[in-house]
Amino acid sequence: MKYLSEFRSPEIVAALLKEIRGTVKGNWNIMEVCGGQTHSLVKNGILNMLPSNIQMLHGPGCPVCVTPVNLIDKAVYLAVQHEVILCSYGDMIRVPGSGMSLLEAKSKGADVRILYSPLEAVNIAKENPGREVVFFAVGFETTAPANALSVIQAFQSGVKNYAILTSHVLVPPAIEAVMSDQECEVDAFLGAGHVCAIMGMSEYYPIVEKYKIPIVITGFEPVDLLKGILAAVKQLEKGEYKLENQYTRVVEAAGNASAKDAIGRVFEVTNREWRGIGEIAASGYGVNDAYSAYDAIKKFTFDMEESHEDPTCRSGDIMKGKIKPNQCPNFGTRCTPVQPLGAPMVSSEGACAAYYYFNMVTVEDVI
Amino acid sequence: MKLSCPLPKLDFDTINLGHGSGGTLTSQLLDAGVFKLLENDLLNKKHDGAIFNLSGKVALSTDTYVVSPIFFEGGNIGDLSINGTVNDLAMCGASAKYLTLGFVLEEGLKMTEFWEVLLSIKAACDVAGVNIVTGDTKVVERGKGDKIFINTTGIGIMHPKANIDAENIKTGDKVILSGPLARHGITIMSHRQGLQFESTISSDTRPLNKIVLSLLDEFGEKIHFLRDPTRGGLATVLNEIATDARFGIDIIQKNVSVEEEVIGACEMLGLDPLYVANEGLFVTVVDPTVADAVLSRLKEWEYGKMASIVGEITTDHPRQVIMKSLIGGRRVVNMLPGEQLPRIC
Repeated sequence: MKYLSEFRSPEIVAALLKEIRGTVKGNWNIMEVCGGQTHSLVKNGILNMLPSNIQMLHGPGCPVCVTPVNLIDKAVYLAVQHEVILCSYGDMIRVPGSGMSLLEAKSKGADVRILYSPLEAVNIAKENPGREVVFFAVGFETTAPANALSVIQAFQSGVKNYAILTSHVLVPPAIEAVMSDQECEVDAFLGAGHVCAIMGMSEYYPIVEKYKIPIVITGFEPVDLLKGILAAVKQLEKGEYKLENQYTRVVEAAGNASAKDAIGRVFEVTNREWRGIGEIAASGYGVNDAYSAYDAIKKFTFDMEESHEDPTCRSGDIMKGKIKPNQCPNFGTRCTPVQPLGAPMVSSEGACAAYYYFNMVTVEDVI
Repeated sequence: MKLSCPLPKLDFDTINLGHGSGGTLTSQLLDAGVFKLLENDLLNKKHDGAIFNLSGKVALSTDTYVVSPIFFEGGNIGDLSINGTVNDLAMCGASAKYLTLGFVLEEGLKMTEFWEVLLSIKAACDVAGVNIVTGDTKVVERGKGDKIFINTTGIGIMHPKANIDAENIKTGDKVILSGPLARHGITIMSHRQGLQFESTISSDTRPLNKIVLSLLDEFGEKIHFLRDPTRGGLATVLNEIATDARFGIDIIQKNVSVEEEVIGACEMLGLDPLYVANEGLFVTVVDPTVADAVLSRLKEWEYGKMASIVGEITTDHPRQVIMKSLIGGRRVVNMLPGEQLPRIC
């Protein structure tokens, strides 16, 4: 942890804020794509420390938030109707489906288990040969390698009672979807460092060129974020646009070859629906034909009613950066973590949850 | 703590439904195990209740312990169930005197495990200076319990100088935390998840009665409030205090002690130590004139080396807890609506 302390240093933060204040002239909207970055900005009080002409917009980078309600309904259906052992990361279990969340299904007797790794789910399948086990494989490119490995491991060890319900989404198409919106006011992006640690940087050069927009790959600590913001502001003030890597201690240009190999063996790129945003072409991973026996969608039947979500939830507008969470009329009234209308209010990376838990107070000037 | 008292000679090595019947098997279990180990004049009477004299003002507290796993680094459900109720009484300003002990045992529980729990109960009672004076044992079918649930109810005598009440809190009072956060919760969660950290983190379960009573001896009514941040952690307790006292609380994050290994575990699990459960830790709100002296006294205590003044009561932002972050930003610390859940990435 000592390694991290310099990235949380009040002195370095103060120096970076001073440099940002000295650099910024115009009014700029910078979008952090990743929900983890949103939470760090809010939790550390950074949003209120920035000069008022820098607005941080919170992007669609929470995989839980963009998982379509239909897939949550399918997970609930598997747990309740097919009586599978439904395994999930903790974030997913409170997110509301059309009828109920996985947490509610669990309370009604469904066998829903919270895990840290899909490899644990494979072990559960081995220990329960008479039961079907499904892992709800949600996430961006970061969780895809482990999910792919779980399928490979199940295949190699002859485990047949295991499958994954995939809701994998990809960051570059999401950035393109935000930029393609006519009302988009984003001037620069902070790229999600952990995604790039897996996938590398190459996917971002075409986006920078196509939309003539700065992208700075950034980490999650206060100093990382402020360095990313400073780099973006410097580019904007000079009228430049290029891809920069602030997170060099973790991100290499080529990414992680073995992780990408695991993804390539099990998954193929597919169109994917994003909750609150709609379908984005080639924006997700699905299980490829070679491993279709481990694809829960193909393995099970789903005789379900049509999914629906609360039409008043503005999560799509929030994730596109059109409004801030506290500008939503439902924020903190009809929509709270206890009674959420949408996923961003319950996910640990959701922008609405960040605003709800750490709502900002008067700035204390540290410079 | 190494427990070495041999298991009594019994005709069974697991708990079965007959042990909850109230008949011969129940008597065998209790006579050979519970009564013999925990014996004292009141318990030895084996009456349905305990009869005793207490003079002066008393405090009463009850709690039920359902922790899983039942054994963890630093303790088990047995000492937890004693320390927890002793501490709840201490937070009232009372010295625990007598405890009741209620077991719900799951069919199939190994006698060796039950015996280890009992030995820990005995050891915890000895350390805290309390007696178990009456109790109850029930057995539920396999699958309908989680090995063992324990209820303890305690009665304690109030310290003559104690006046612990949120109504006593006033602006300018200092908020003192007795030690580092999150040890117990992280220990339990790492067991559940099968995670191993570089250095072993152990629960901070321990009785707090002696240190609290010595503070009351020395500082009396200047100790305005006491609370142990168990479930819900420090953030929850501070919010309860702010709400009940109708004041705001300012907290300085850099003064809130969290050990390096616990920070590392929290980072890995995606948890905020402010919300993680503790057991042998307490928050006290004290008059500012005695804050430094209370802190010095706490630092002399064997578990108080990392005690610190973490914040102050304020009339600003009533009912709200605001923390100055490590980097100098400020943010609200709210209550959580439910359990913290591990995150995706």
